[in-house]
Amino acid sequence: MAKRDVPLRWDRKMQQRLARGEAAALGELYDRFASLVHGLAHRVLDDERAADHLTRDVFAHVWEHPDAYDPRQGPLRTWIATLTHRFAVQRLRATETAALVRGGPGTAEELETKVRHASVAARADYIVQSMPAPLRAALELAYFQRRDYRQTAADLGVTEDEARRRLRLGLQLLATARDAGTAPHPPGAPPEYGGAA
Amino acid sequence: MKAYDEDDGNGEYGKHDEYGEYGKHDDHGKHDEHGEHGEHGAAESTGTGARIPLPRASVEDGGRVLPDPAPVALEHQVLTSLLGAWALAACSAQEAAAVDEHLGQCEACADEALRLREAVTLLQRPESLDLDPALRTRVLDGCLERRPPRIPVPGWATSYDAETARLDALLQDFGDAEWHAPVRLRWFEGDDTASRRTTVAGVIAHLLTVDGTVAVALGLDDPLGDITAPTRAPAARTEAYWRASHYPPTRAVRAPWREQSHSIVRTVAFTGDAGGLPVSYGDFELPLRDAMLDRAFECWVHAEDIAEAVDYPYEPPSARHLNGMIDLAARMLPGALAARRRAGLAAPAHRPHLVAAGEPGRSLRLEIEGSGGGEWLIPLDSPGAVGSTDHEVAHVALDGVEFCRLAAGHVSPVEAAAGQVGDREAIRDVLFAAASLSRL
Repeated sequence: MAKRDVPLRWDRKMQQRLARGEAAALGELYDRFASLVHGLAHRVLDDERAADHLTRDVFAHVWEHPDAYDPRQGPLRTWIATLTHRFAVQRLRATETAALVRGGPGTAEELETKVRHASVAARADYIVQSMPAPLRAALELAYFQRRDYRQTAADLGVTEDEARRRLRLGLQLLATARDAGTAPHPPGAPPEYGGAA
Repeated sequence: MKAYDEDDGNGEYGKHDEYGEYGKHDDHGKHDEHGEHGEHGAAESTGTGARIPLPRASVEDGGRVLPDPAPVALEHQVLTSLLGAWALAACSAQEAAAVDEHLGQCEACADEALRLREAVTLLQRPESLDLDPALRTRVLDGCLERRPPRIPVPGWATSYDAETARLDALLQDFGDAEWHAPVRLRWFEGDDTASRRTTVAGVIAHLLTVDGTVAVALGLDDPLGDITAPTRAPAARTEAYWRASHYPPTRAVRAPWREQSHSIVRTVAFTGDAGGLPVSYGDFELPLRDAMLDRAFECWVHAEDIAEAVDYPYEPPSARHLNGMIDLAARMLPGALAARRRAGLAAPAHRPHLVAAGEPGRSLRLEIEGSGGGEWLIPLDSPGAVGSTDHEVAHVALDGVEFCRLAAGHVSPVEAAAGQVGDREAIRDVLFAAASLSRL
């Protein structure tokens, strides 16, 4: 837990600075989280401009409501990922619904399926980014570089047992992306963004 | 350079095809059926196994026809530990066969196997992480419009804020190869170009130490720490820092550089209207607001050096920021001209026109075209004189980015693509003076 205290101190400090109205703090917040926010938004919306807009909305929300973050609930990063996810899914559902109303192709059921898949894909991205680095490294070798677990073990300088353990644990974490509720999230019931780390 | 090579992205995504559409995973609820199978005994348990998609062929096995691998006898615990590797097709054919066989008999493992194999379909290459650098300004401006800041970043510090953020984004995905890529820093000294070899990490160390002069002026810690430099001059500080370490700088230099640049922006915001605070560069001083522009300019110039070294594109600053940098260089030109004159490198001032401070004098019209451009009248005979259209003796036209490259010592004054009309000696002196603004 001692390790977690340092980032949480940063999180609290950042919240205070945002609340105080420090423009420089907003810049630092952007520098730290923009690629996370934009990446998740893009995974859900699959559109560069829409992801840009969503990034603006998320940072505006944080800047206007810094007190909405409760450090006791977890890291700022998790809160921002949760916000992004919720805003992005809302936006996807709104634009898809509007297209449907205008007589676009598809059914309401297909729309929900699309929203659900986008939502799970974004959560999976976040889980991969947030999982402990050794697990991520093992998955990357085994999946993207197509190394078998023995080669993975050799590449990482760990035992074969450990390589197997990391691959299994990494996938177990990733599998939780499907577990969180994928129905529209009522406020106060965000998707499970905390579980991975 | 990126963590994942986009080129083979399609090939990798293709691997998902054998699992079919994502839609097929919707029957998640059918998990429950595994339980029923279990109750009905072993006879139906093959049905459980069949539901699990076939493993991917690993690269080594691809294309080769393998004999039916004889399952090896493995303990339950070992088989369980193999499930992750099995789901990723990252175990041997014998092990995979042993797991397959085991899944027909063990309900718990079959459930987990299905779950892990579905998880594999969620592995995706990260999308390109390159954010549009202009997005930062748009997002921040949008926020500040909605809720005006109580402690704003002064206008003269925004280009430093933006340029350091842009460079940091460039460094984001650098691996060791990029950090140690050779960079040749170039500048202009006397009438010649000078250069110094270093690495990408060495360039960041250079920015850290020279930004440190601003940090010190603001009362922040000096990044040199216990290292003593003979003077405050940027080159002296940088060389002292490079020398003090037994090892060449590494990627570890990024965090202190970024932390310091954030601290500088934060501190100037708190000092409010302290733009006039003097910042010492050893043999000269700049007021804080100009020192921040200078640091923004250096940050961009060296970001270009780095981008070039790793063969990556890098755009010039936004028009507003570029204009501020050009304006600083234009304002520094009369002083640079006087210094070159004192050193015997420029033609002597014209006596009849030697003017008192604040009086109009012989001038050169510097016309900067393109993004961030404008017009500046450069007084030629004294730094204290005021530029005057009535005394205009020459007219030089340059592209904004070309002018900045000249002022950075990256283009020689002889080769700079400049449209020229009028007094050739005055033009030569001004172009050389612009180049002399550069330094390590």
